[in-house]
Amino acid sequence: MSSQALQASNMEQLLEGIWKQNPVFVMALGMCPALAVTVSAFNALGMGLATTFVLICSCTLISMLRRFIPKEVRIATYIVIIATFVTLVDYIIQAVSLALYEALGAFIQLIVVNCIILGRVESHAAKNPPLSALVNALGMGIGFTIGLFALGSVREILGAGKLFGLSLFGDHFQPWVVMVLPPGGFFVLGLWLLFFAWLAKRKEARHGA
Amino acid sequence: MSGEQPVHVVPPVNSLRMVRTLMLVTALCGGLIVAVWQVTQPAIAANKKVVLERSVRALIPDAARIVEFDASDKGVTASKGDPAAGAVRFYAAYDKEGKLDAIAAEGGARGYSDTVRVLYGYRRDCECIFGIQVTQMKETPGIGDKIITDPAFLKNFERLDVSLTPDMKSLFNAVKTVKHGTKQFGWEIDAIAGATITSKAVGRGINDSAQRLLPLLLPKLEALQQNGGAQ
Repeated sequence: MSSQALQASNMEQLLEGIWKQNPVFVMALGMCPALAVTVSAFNALGMGLATTFVLICSCTLISMLRRFIPKEVRIATYIVIIATFVTLVDYIIQAVSLALYEALGAFIQLIVVNCIILGRVESHAAKNPPLSALVNALGMGIGFTIGLFALGSVREILGAGKLFGLSLFGDHFQPWVVMVLPPGGFFVLGLWLLFFAWLAKRKEARHGA
Repeated sequence: MSGEQPVHVVPPVNSLRMVRTLMLVTALCGGLIVAVWQVTQPAIAANKKVVLERSVRALIPDAARIVEFDASDKGVTASKGDPAAGAVRFYAAYDKEGKLDAIAAEGGARGYSDTVRVLYGYRRDCECIFGIQVTQMKETPGIGDKIITDPAFLKNFERLDVSLTPDMKSLFNAVKTVKHGTKQFGWEIDAIAGATITSKAVGRGINDSAQRLLPLLLPKLEALQQNGGAQ
């Protein structure tokens, strides 16, 4: 493959995770953190970046080791590697911001069982060279972060009248509290999914015409 | 059903290779974890200290020095690491002259959705709690989180009676959260209407902690009086 073609395919890989196969809005994977921690834009961003870090590190490492891992013990090996990076991210978040650590709670440790990561490893990193695995993981990570941010920012604006903790509407705003409660997560996710489905429908209709 | 079953030929699995791979991977991962732990530990410890000191300072703004102690049956000792079983951690705040001004300690009890933890400030001269700071809670926004903001609720803690019995074994009157509008005595907490469970958690957390800490602490309080300047 020429270097241009390689670049083009890498670009494609990157965009796949961000847009075409967006883990939150298209594949509807990783819904547990997507609903639970997105009460504010800051939490959503923190969770997204933590997951991206784990995704990139585990996919790259597993891709480098892919020829040494016997297929009988591959799941065990993958989980050990993923769990290691989750532990690292756990320490790093505690060192950077205890407030974020408290807010994300058990969901940091639960990144281990986020199906996006094991899914990416099994379906992509285990079969492709490190660079391709890294790019693919980066794309998925960005896509997941965008998805969480889309949920978190809307929920914070409606539910608390704030964005990144800054008040948007002044004192007279009556917060729509249900939006930062668990049901609000489902409402906002539903609206986003509706929006993306509408986009897809519209594109289809245009191609048909 | 007596047809012959096809014989599955299982290819020999090289167990040694599996063991080797797993060992190498776990060793690599273990090494990584230890390395990052070493690097991040000082920052994590410093962060935790800053967060707690900030709460203590919010409670006792005039404190010049805050010292951590553990109170247990064996007496009061300076804190090292996590408190031992049965010991209660508290913070002694000293003023500019190095005199003991107030004591702060943390209590926690289960609220509506998770443990509610509050830091309370105690002064010997009034034998009362003079303020609280919520250090951890995940209560419903707009309802349970009023324990942080509701001025009427916070007024309960401006002079909450926690005097001990004469033999210093327990509180004379247990701190108790009562239904909104029915507070009669100095040791009662007037609950927030609509957030009774959260209000009760605050009261229970304070009561449990004070019942354990104050009987251990008060007999030794003299020894702490001037500790601020000595260290």
